[in-house]
Amino acid sequence: MAVQHTFSKEIGDMMYASHENPITDCIQCGTCSGTCPAIEFMDYSPRKIIGMIRADLKEDVLSSNTYWSCASCYHCTVRCPAGIDIAEMMYALKRYSMWKDQHKEGLIGPAFSESFVKMIVNSGRSYEPILAATYLPKFSASDIIQEAITASGLVFGGKMNLFPKKIKRIKNLQNAIRRIVPIGELS
Amino acid sequence: MKEYAYYPGCSLESLGKSYHLSTLEVATRVGIDLKEIEDWNCCGATAYFPVDEMLAYTLSARNLAIAEKTGLEDFVAPCSACYKNSYTTNKYLKSDPDLAEHINYALEKDNLHVTGRMHVRHLIEIFVEDVGMEVIQKSVTNPLNNLKVAPYYGCQLVRPRKNDENVENPRYFEDLLSALGAEPVEFESKSRCCGGSLIITNRHAALDMVEKLLQDAVYSQAEIIATTCPMCNVNLEVYQRQVNLEFGTNYSIPVVYFTQLMGTAFGCDSKSLGINKNVIPNAIERSLVKVD
Repeated sequence: MAVQHTFSKEIGDMMYASHENPITDCIQCGTCSGTCPAIEFMDYSPRKIIGMIRADLKEDVLSSNTYWSCASCYHCTVRCPAGIDIAEMMYALKRYSMWKDQHKEGLIGPAFSESFVKMIVNSGRSYEPILAATYLPKFSASDIIQEAITASGLVFGGKMNLFPKKIKRIKNLQNAIRRIVPIGELS
Repeated sequence: MKEYAYYPGCSLESLGKSYHLSTLEVATRVGIDLKEIEDWNCCGATAYFPVDEMLAYTLSARNLAIAEKTGLEDFVAPCSACYKNSYTTNKYLKSDPDLAEHINYALEKDNLHVTGRMHVRHLIEIFVEDVGMEVIQKSVTNPLNNLKVAPYYGCQLVRPRKNDENVENPRYFEDLLSALGAEPVEFESKSRCCGGSLIITNRHAALDMVEKLLQDAVYSQAEIIATTCPMCNVNLEVYQRQVNLEFGTNYSIPVVYFTQLMGTAFGCDSKSLGINKNVIPNAIERSLVKVD
Protein backbone atom coordinates (compact mmCIF):
# COMPACT_ATOMS: atom_id res chain seq x y z
CA MET A 1 0.00 0.00 0.00
CA ALA A 2 1.31 3.42 -0.91
CA VAL A 3 2.43 5.61 1.96
CA GLN A 4 0.05 8.48 2.63
CA HIS A 5 1.93 11.64 3.52
CA THR A 6 0.33 14.45 5.47
CA PHE A 7 -0.05 17.80 3.72
CA SER A 8 2.38 19.37 6.20
CA LYS A 9 5.00 16.79 5.24
CA GLU A 10 4.40 17.40 1.53
CA ILE A 11 4.83 21.15 1.98
CA GLY A 12 7.78 20.68 4.30
CA ASP A 13 9.46 18.54 1.66
CA MET A 14 9.15 21.40 -0.82
CA MET A 15 11.03 23.83 1.41
CA TYR A 16 14.72 23.25 0.98
CA ALA A 17 15.44 26.68 2.43
CA SER A 18 13.93 25.91 5.81
CA HIS A 19 14.06 22.16 6.24
CA GLU A 20 15.41 22.53 9.74
CA ASN A 21 12.30 24.23 11.09
CA PRO A 22 9.21 22.12 10.44
CA ILE A 23 5.77 23.71 10.19
CA THR A 24 4.74 21.36 12.98
CA ASP A 25 6.78 23.50 15.43
CA CYS A 26 4.14 26.24 15.11
CA ILE A 27 2.65 27.28 18.46
CA GLN A 28 -0.22 29.25 16.85
CA CYS A 29 0.83 32.48 18.59
CA GLY A 30 -0.22 34.70 15.67
CA THR A 31 2.96 36.81 15.52
CA CYS A 32 3.09 36.18 11.76
CA SER A 33 -0.47 37.41 11.29
CA GLY A 34 0.14 40.48 13.44
CA THR A 35 3.22 41.28 11.38
CA CYS A 36 1.99 40.62 7.83
CA PRO A 37 1.52 43.80 5.74
CA ALA A 38 -0.77 41.98 3.29
CA ILE A 39 -3.05 40.27 5.79
CA GLU A 40 -6.16 42.31 4.95
CA PHE A 41 -6.04 40.90 1.45
CA MET A 42 -5.76 37.27 2.46
CA ASP A 43 -8.66 34.81 2.72
CA TYR A 44 -7.01 33.25 5.78
CA SER A 45 -4.26 34.71 7.96
CA PRO A 46 -0.79 33.11 7.91
CA ARG A 47 -1.46 31.63 11.38
CA LYS A 48 -4.69 30.04 10.18
CA ILE A 49 -3.04 28.71 7.02
CA ILE A 50 -0.40 26.93 9.10
CA GLY A 51 -3.12 25.49 11.33
CA MET A 52 -5.06 24.37 8.26
CA ILE A 53 -1.99 22.71 6.73
CA ARG A 54 -1.45 20.80 9.95
CA ALA A 55 -5.12 19.79 10.00
CA ASP A 56 -4.63 18.40 6.46
CA LEU A 57 -7.22 20.77 4.97
CA LYS A 58 -5.41 20.65 1.65
CA GLU A 59 -8.27 21.71 -0.61
CA ASP A 60 -9.18 24.71 1.55
CA VAL A 61 -5.58 25.84 1.72
CA LEU A 62 -4.96 25.47 -2.00
CA SER A 63 -8.14 27.26 -3.01
CA SER A 64 -7.35 30.30 -0.84
CA ASN A 65 -5.52 33.39 -2.06
CA THR A 66 -3.35 33.61 1.06
CA TYR A 67 -0.06 32.29 -0.24
CA TRP A 68 -0.35 34.12 -3.57
CA SER A 69 -0.86 37.36 -1.60
CA CYS A 70 2.48 37.00 0.19
CA ALA A 71 4.94 39.72 -0.87
CA SER A 72 7.98 37.76 0.38
CA CYS A 73 9.04 40.49 2.80
CA TYR A 74 10.19 37.94 5.43
CA HIS A 75 8.87 39.98 8.33
CA CYS A 76 7.01 36.96 9.72
CA THR A 77 10.11 34.83 9.19
CA VAL A 78 12.41 36.96 11.35
CA ARG A 79 9.82 37.26 14.11
CA CYS A 80 8.53 33.67 14.35
CA PRO A 81 9.42 32.44 17.86
CA ALA A 82 9.43 28.84 16.58
CA GLY A 83 11.92 29.74 13.85
CA ILE A 84 9.66 28.72 10.98
CA ASP A 85 10.52 30.37 7.67
CA ILE A 86 6.94 31.32 6.89
CA ALA A 87 7.75 33.35 3.77
CA GLU A 88 9.50 30.29 2.33
CA MET A 89 6.50 28.19 3.32
CA MET A 90 4.33 30.53 1.20
CA TYR A 91 6.72 29.89 -1.71
CA ALA A 92 6.40 26.14 -1.11
CA LEU A 93 2.61 26.49 -1.32
CA LYS A 94 2.97 28.48 -4.55
CA ARG A 95 5.15 25.71 -5.99
CA TYR A 96 2.70 23.05 -4.87
CA SER A 97 -0.18 24.92 -6.48
CA MET A 98 1.78 25.41 -9.74
CA TRP A 99 2.76 21.77 -9.73
CA LYS A 100 -0.82 20.61 -9.21
CA ASP A 101 -2.17 23.40 -11.41
CA GLN A 102 -4.67 24.14 -8.71
CA HIS A 103 -5.40 27.61 -7.38
CA LYS A 104 -8.14 30.10 -6.72
CA GLU A 105 -9.61 31.56 -9.88
CA GLY A 106 -8.75 35.05 -10.99
CA LEU A 107 -5.27 35.23 -9.53
CA ILE A 108 -2.52 36.82 -11.64
CA GLY A 109 0.38 35.36 -9.65
CA PRO A 110 0.59 31.88 -11.21
CA ALA A 111 0.50 33.11 -14.82
CA PHE A 112 2.90 35.91 -14.00
CA SER A 113 5.43 33.52 -12.51
CA GLU A 114 5.17 31.27 -15.51
CA SER A 115 5.70 34.13 -17.99
CA PHE A 116 8.56 35.45 -15.94
CA VAL A 117 10.38 32.16 -15.98
CA LYS A 118 9.79 31.79 -19.72
CA MET A 119 11.24 35.25 -20.29
CA ILE A 120 14.38 34.48 -18.31
CA VAL A 121 14.85 31.09 -19.92
CA ASN A 122 14.58 32.77 -23.33
CA SER A 123 16.79 35.78 -22.74
CA GLY A 124 18.57 35.41 -19.40
CA ARG A 125 17.28 38.79 -18.24
CA SER A 126 13.99 40.21 -17.03
CA TYR A 127 12.35 43.34 -18.28
CA GLU A 128 9.66 45.03 -16.24
CA PRO A 129 7.86 47.14 -18.87
CA ILE A 130 7.00 44.09 -20.95
CA LEU A 131 5.80 42.18 -17.91
CA ALA A 132 3.77 45.12 -16.73
CA ALA A 133 2.25 45.64 -20.15
CA THR A 134 1.22 42.00 -20.29
CA TYR A 135 -0.47 41.97 -16.95
CA LEU A 136 -1.90 45.44 -16.57
CA PRO A 137 -4.55 45.91 -19.20
CA LYS A 138 -5.45 49.27 -17.74
CA PHE A 139 -1.87 50.39 -17.49
CA SER A 140 0.24 49.66 -20.55
CA ALA A 141 3.97 50.08 -21.00
CA SER A 142 3.45 53.37 -22.80
CA ASP A 143 1.42 54.64 -19.84
CA ILE A 144 4.28 53.73 -17.56
CA ILE A 145 6.72 55.57 -19.76
CA GLN A 146 4.39 58.58 -19.94
CA GLU A 147 4.09 58.64 -16.18
CA ALA A 148 7.67 57.95 -15.56
CA ILE A 149 9.20 61.32 -16.28
CA THR A 150 9.78 61.40 -12.60
CA ALA A 151 12.16 62.61 -9.96
CA SER A 152 14.64 59.77 -9.92
CA GLY A 153 14.87 59.80 -13.69
CA LEU A 154 13.12 56.52 -14.28
CA VAL A 155 13.32 56.94 -18.00
CA PHE A 156 16.45 58.92 -18.07
CA GLY A 157 17.00 60.97 -21.18
CA GLY A 158 15.93 58.13 -23.45
CA LYS A 159 18.63 55.94 -22.00
CA MET A 160 16.20 53.25 -20.93
CA ASN A 161 16.54 50.23 -23.13
CA LEU A 162 13.46 49.75 -25.21
CA PHE A 163 13.97 46.02 -25.47
CA PRO A 164 15.45 43.54 -23.06
CA LYS A 165 18.98 42.43 -23.74
CA LYS A 166 19.80 38.79 -24.29
CA ILE A 167 22.82 37.51 -22.45
CA LYS A 168 25.69 36.36 -24.70
CA ARG A 169 25.82 32.75 -23.57
CA ILE A 170 22.07 32.19 -23.51
CA LYS A 171 22.45 28.74 -25.13
CA ASN A 172 24.82 27.66 -22.35
CA LEU A 173 22.43 28.97 -19.73
CA GLN A 174 19.56 27.05 -21.32
CA ASN A 175 21.64 23.88 -21.39
CA ALA A 176 22.53 24.39 -17.74
CA ILE A 177 18.85 24.85 -16.88
CA ARG A 178 18.04 21.60 -18.73
CA ARG A 179 20.10 19.78 -16.13
CA ILE A 180 17.80 21.16 -13.42
CA VAL A 181 14.31 21.20 -14.95
CA PRO A 182 12.84 19.93 -18.21
CA ILE A 183 12.30 22.99 -20.39
CA GLY A 184 12.04 21.32 -23.78
CA GLU A 185 13.09 22.94 -27.04
CA LEU A 186 13.27 26.71 -27.21
CA SER A 187 13.13 29.09 -30.10
CA MET B 1 41.44 51.57 -4.88
CA LYS B 2 39.43 48.58 -3.62
CA GLU B 3 37.73 46.58 -6.35
CA TYR B 4 34.37 44.83 -6.15
CA ALA B 5 32.54 42.40 -8.40
CA TYR B 6 29.47 44.44 -9.27
CA TYR B 7 26.19 42.77 -10.22
CA PRO B 8 23.75 45.53 -11.32
CA GLY B 9 20.73 43.27 -11.95
CA CYS B 10 18.03 43.68 -14.58
CA SER B 11 16.19 46.63 -13.02
CA LEU B 12 19.26 48.81 -13.18
CA GLU B 13 19.25 48.46 -16.95
CA SER B 14 15.68 49.66 -17.32
CA LEU B 15 13.49 51.23 -14.64
CA GLY B 16 16.39 51.69 -12.26
CA LYS B 17 18.83 53.22 -14.74
CA SER B 18 19.34 56.31 -12.59
CA TYR B 19 20.31 54.10 -9.64
CA HIS B 20 23.04 52.55 -11.81
CA LEU B 21 24.33 55.93 -13.01
CA SER B 22 24.38 57.52 -9.57
CA THR B 23 26.00 54.42 -8.06
CA LEU B 24 28.93 54.51 -10.48
CA GLU B 25 29.32 58.28 -10.10
CA VAL B 26 29.36 58.16 -6.31
CA ALA B 27 31.67 55.12 -6.18
CA THR B 28 34.31 57.01 -8.15
CA ARG B 29 34.08 59.95 -5.74
CA VAL B 30 34.85 57.82 -2.71
CA GLY B 31 37.55 55.81 -4.40
CA ILE B 32 36.03 52.39 -4.95
CA ASP B 33 35.98 50.47 -8.22
CA LEU B 34 32.81 48.58 -9.09
CA LYS B 35 33.72 46.11 -11.82
CA GLU B 36 30.60 44.84 -13.59
CA ILE B 37 30.73 41.05 -13.96
CA GLU B 38 30.47 39.74 -17.51
CA ASP B 39 27.36 38.21 -19.06
CA TRP B 40 25.35 38.11 -15.83
CA ASN B 41 21.75 36.85 -15.80
CA CYS B 42 18.56 37.61 -13.87
CA CYS B 43 18.66 36.60 -10.17
CA GLY B 44 15.17 35.12 -10.37
CA ALA B 45 13.53 37.97 -8.44
CA THR B 46 10.43 36.82 -6.58
CA ALA B 47 8.72 35.17 -9.53
CA TYR B 48 11.11 32.23 -9.87
CA PHE B 49 10.65 30.60 -6.51
CA PRO B 50 7.01 29.70 -7.12
CA VAL B 51 8.16 27.57 -10.04
CA ASP B 52 11.25 25.72 -8.94
CA GLU B 53 13.50 26.36 -5.97
CA MET B 54 16.49 24.58 -7.49
CA LEU B 55 16.19 26.55 -10.71
CA ALA B 56 16.15 29.80 -8.76
CA TYR B 57 19.37 28.87 -6.94
CA THR B 58 21.01 27.81 -10.19
CA LEU B 59 20.40 31.21 -11.76
CA SER B 60 21.99 33.04 -8.84
CA ALA B 61 24.79 30.47 -8.71
CA ARG B 62 25.77 31.26 -12.30
CA ASN B 63 26.33 34.94 -11.38
CA LEU B 64 28.31 33.92 -8.31
CA ALA B 65 30.45 31.56 -10.40
CA ILE B 66 31.20 34.35 -12.90
CA ALA B 67 32.14 36.64 -10.01
CA GLU B 68 34.38 33.99 -8.45
CA LYS B 69 36.37 33.82 -11.70
CA THR B 70 37.40 37.48 -11.30
CA GLY B 71 39.44 36.64 -8.21
CA LEU B 72 37.71 39.45 -6.30
CA GLU B 73 36.27 38.82 -2.85
CA ASP B 74 33.08 40.85 -2.64
CA PHE B 75 29.95 40.44 -4.73
CA VAL B 76 27.96 43.67 -4.65
CA ALA B 77 24.28 44.03 -5.55
CA PRO B 78 22.45 47.39 -5.47
CA CYS B 79 19.00 45.77 -5.73
CA SER B 80 17.66 44.25 -2.52
CA ALA B 81 15.99 41.32 -4.29
CA CYS B 82 19.21 40.45 -6.16
CA TYR B 83 21.08 40.81 -2.88
CA LYS B 84 18.77 38.48 -0.97
CA ASN B 85 18.74 35.83 -3.69
CA SER B 86 22.49 35.92 -4.23
CA TYR B 87 23.18 35.95 -0.50
CA THR B 88 21.02 32.95 0.33
CA THR B 89 22.20 30.96 -2.69
CA ASN B 90 25.81 31.57 -1.70
CA LYS B 91 25.06 30.49 1.86
CA TYR B 92 23.44 27.22 0.77
CA LEU B 93 26.22 26.48 -1.74
CA LYS B 94 28.78 26.87 1.02
CA SER B 95 26.93 24.75 3.56
CA ASP B 96 25.47 22.00 1.41
CA PRO B 97 27.92 20.00 -0.75
CA ASP B 98 25.08 18.00 -2.35
CA LEU B 99 23.37 21.17 -3.53
CA ALA B 100 26.68 22.58 -4.79
CA GLU B 101 27.40 19.35 -6.67
CA HIS B 102 24.02 19.34 -8.39
CA ILE B 103 24.29 23.00 -9.37
CA ASN B 104 27.87 22.60 -10.57
CA TYR B 105 26.75 19.70 -12.75
CA ALA B 106 24.38 22.17 -14.45
CA LEU B 107 26.92 25.02 -14.61
CA GLU B 108 29.39 22.72 -16.42
CA LYS B 109 27.31 23.53 -19.49
CA ASP B 110 28.59 27.10 -19.28
CA ASN B 111 32.12 26.07 -18.25
CA LEU B 112 31.57 27.50 -14.81
CA HIS B 113 32.15 26.24 -11.30
CA VAL B 114 30.88 27.75 -8.07
CA THR B 115 32.22 27.24 -4.54
CA GLY B 116 30.27 29.82 -2.53
CA ARG B 117 33.39 31.76 -1.54
CA MET B 118 32.15 35.28 -2.41
CA HIS B 119 31.10 37.74 0.27
CA VAL B 120 27.68 38.80 -0.96
CA ARG B 121 26.86 42.35 0.07
CA HIS B 122 24.36 45.08 -0.63
CA LEU B 123 25.70 48.32 -2.10
CA ILE B 124 24.79 50.39 0.96
CA GLU B 125 26.90 48.08 3.14
CA ILE B 126 29.95 48.89 1.02
CA PHE B 127 29.53 52.60 1.66
CA VAL B 128 28.71 52.23 5.34
CA GLU B 129 31.19 49.50 6.31
CA ASP B 130 34.10 49.73 3.86
CA VAL B 131 34.21 53.38 2.78
CA GLY B 132 33.08 54.60 6.18
CA MET B 133 31.50 57.77 7.46
CA GLU B 134 34.76 59.66 7.71
CA VAL B 135 35.58 59.40 4.01
CA ILE B 136 31.96 60.07 3.07
CA GLN B 137 31.87 63.18 5.25
CA LYS B 138 35.12 64.40 3.71
CA SER B 139 33.67 64.01 0.21
CA VAL B 140 30.71 66.26 1.02
CA THR B 141 31.02 69.65 -0.66
CA ASN B 142 27.32 70.59 -0.67
CA PRO B 143 25.83 69.44 2.63
CA LEU B 144 22.12 68.68 2.44
CA ASN B 145 21.13 71.49 4.83
CA ASN B 146 19.25 69.34 7.32
CA LEU B 147 16.89 68.08 4.64
CA LYS B 148 14.43 65.78 6.37
CA VAL B 149 14.85 62.37 4.79
CA ALA B 150 12.89 59.18 5.48
CA PRO B 151 15.44 56.34 5.32
CA TYR B 152 13.48 53.57 3.65
CA TYR B 153 15.33 50.27 4.04
CA GLY B 154 12.56 48.15 2.57
CA CYS B 155 12.35 44.44 3.26
CA GLN B 156 14.90 42.27 1.51
CA LEU B 157 17.88 44.46 2.42
CA VAL B 158 17.18 43.75 6.08
CA ARG B 159 15.50 40.34 5.94
CA PRO B 160 15.83 37.43 6.23
CA ARG B 161 18.36 37.73 9.03
CA LYS B 162 22.02 37.22 8.07
CA ASN B 163 23.85 37.15 11.41
CA ASP B 164 23.06 38.83 14.69
CA GLU B 165 22.31 42.25 13.18
CA ASN B 166 19.39 44.38 14.32
CA VAL B 167 16.54 43.44 11.99
CA GLU B 168 13.86 45.40 13.84
CA ASN B 169 15.53 48.79 14.03
CA PRO B 170 18.66 49.13 11.90
CA ARG B 171 20.37 52.55 12.12
CA TYR B 172 23.14 52.61 9.52
CA PHE B 173 21.07 54.36 6.83
CA GLU B 174 20.36 57.17 9.31
CA ASP B 175 24.10 57.47 10.02
CA LEU B 176 24.84 57.71 6.32
CA LEU B 177 22.24 60.46 5.83
CA SER B 178 23.60 62.41 8.79
CA ALA B 179 27.09 62.24 7.26
CA LEU B 180 25.64 63.94 4.16
CA GLY B 181 24.28 66.80 6.24
CA ALA B 182 20.68 65.59 6.00
CA GLU B 183 18.38 65.02 8.95
CA PRO B 184 17.07 61.45 9.02
CA VAL B 185 13.56 61.38 10.45
CA GLU B 186 12.28 58.63 12.74
CA PHE B 187 10.47 56.58 10.12
CA GLU B 188 8.61 53.75 11.86
CA SER B 189 7.77 52.02 8.59
CA LYS B 190 11.37 52.02 7.40
CA SER B 191 11.50 48.27 6.86
CA ARG B 192 7.82 47.66 6.15
CA CYS B 193 7.27 46.09 2.73
CA CYS B 194 6.39 48.32 -0.28
CA GLY B 195 4.38 45.54 -1.90
CA GLY B 196 7.20 44.62 -4.27
CA SER B 197 6.05 42.39 -7.06
CA LEU B 198 2.44 42.45 -5.83
CA ILE B 199 2.18 45.71 -7.81
CA ILE B 200 1.71 43.45 -10.83
CA THR B 201 0.02 40.40 -9.34
CA ASN B 202 -2.16 42.00 -6.66
CA ARG B 203 -2.43 45.68 -7.47
CA HIS B 204 -4.95 46.53 -4.78
CA ALA B 205 -2.87 45.06 -1.97
CA ALA B 206 0.34 46.69 -3.21
CA LEU B 207 -1.22 50.16 -3.52
CA ASP B 208 -2.53 49.82 0.01
CA MET B 209 0.97 48.97 1.22
CA VAL B 210 2.44 51.94 -0.67
CA GLU B 211 -0.24 54.23 0.77
CA LYS B 212 0.61 53.22 4.33
CA LEU B 213 4.28 54.00 3.71
CA LEU B 214 3.56 57.41 2.18
CA GLN B 215 1.22 58.20 5.05
CA ASP B 216 3.91 57.38 7.59
CA ALA B 217 6.57 59.35 5.69
CA VAL B 218 4.33 62.41 5.78
CA TYR B 219 3.55 61.77 9.45
CA SER B 220 7.29 61.59 10.14
CA GLN B 221 7.60 65.04 8.51
CA ALA B 222 9.95 63.73 5.84
CA GLU B 223 10.48 65.98 2.86
CA ILE B 224 11.90 63.25 0.70
CA ILE B 225 12.12 59.45 0.81
CA ALA B 226 15.44 57.73 0.12
CA THR B 227 15.43 54.13 -1.11
CA THR B 228 17.96 51.30 -1.44
CA CYS B 229 16.15 49.17 -4.03
CA PRO B 230 14.76 49.76 -7.53
CA MET B 231 11.50 47.92 -6.70
CA CYS B 232 10.85 50.15 -3.69
CA ASN B 233 11.70 53.24 -5.68
CA VAL B 234 9.33 52.40 -8.52
CA ASN B 235 6.49 51.42 -6.20
CA LEU B 236 6.76 54.54 -4.05
CA GLU B 237 7.42 56.98 -6.85
CA VAL B 238 5.61 55.91 -9.98
CA TYR B 239 2.50 54.65 -8.23
CA GLN B 240 2.01 57.72 -6.04
CA ARG B 241 -0.46 59.09 -8.58
CA GLN B 242 -2.35 55.80 -8.61
CA VAL B 243 -2.48 55.86 -4.82
CA ASN B 244 -3.88 59.39 -4.89
CA LEU B 245 -6.56 58.34 -7.36
CA GLU B 246 -7.52 55.25 -5.42
CA PHE B 247 -7.42 56.65 -1.88
CA GLY B 248 -8.41 60.26 -2.56
CA THR B 249 -5.11 61.42 -1.10
CA ASN B 250 -2.77 64.14 -2.25
CA TYR B 251 0.75 62.81 -1.82
CA SER B 252 3.56 64.48 -3.71
CA ILE B 253 6.65 63.39 -1.86
CA PRO B 254 9.84 62.98 -3.90
CA VAL B 255 11.48 59.56 -3.87
CA VAL B 256 15.17 59.20 -4.70
CA TYR B 257 17.90 56.58 -4.44
CA PHE B 258 20.29 57.05 -1.54
CA THR B 259 23.12 57.27 -4.09
CA GLN B 260 21.41 60.29 -5.67
CA LEU B 261 21.46 62.04 -2.30
CA MET B 262 25.11 61.11 -1.83
CA GLY B 263 25.95 62.47 -5.28
CA THR B 264 24.09 65.72 -4.62
CA ALA B 265 26.02 66.20 -1.38
CA PHE B 266 29.25 65.43 -3.24
CA GLY B 267 28.46 68.20 -5.73
CA CYS B 268 27.86 65.92 -8.75
CA ASP B 269 25.65 67.48 -11.40
CA SER B 270 22.13 66.10 -11.44
CA LYS B 271 22.47 64.74 -14.97
CA SER B 272 25.28 62.40 -13.99
CA LEU B 273 23.03 61.12 -11.19
CA GLY B 274 20.17 60.44 -13.56
CA ILE B 275 17.92 63.07 -12.04
CA ASN B 276 15.54 64.71 -14.48
CA LYS B 277 14.24 67.47 -12.30
CA ASN B 278 15.85 69.45 -9.54
CA VAL B 279 13.97 67.44 -6.94
CA ILE B 280 16.70 67.39 -4.35
CA PRO B 281 17.70 71.11 -4.56
CA ASN B 282 14.00 72.00 -4.61
CA ALA B 283 13.35 69.89 -1.53
CA ILE B 284 16.30 71.51 0.22
CA GLU B 285 14.99 74.94 -0.72
CA ARG B 286 11.53 74.14 0.61
CA SER B 287 13.08 72.84 3.78
CA LEU B 288 15.11 76.07 4.21
CA VAL B 289 12.03 78.23 3.66
CA LYS B 290 10.27 76.34 6.45
CA VAL B 291 13.16 76.93 8.83
CA ASP B 292 13.09 80.67 8.10
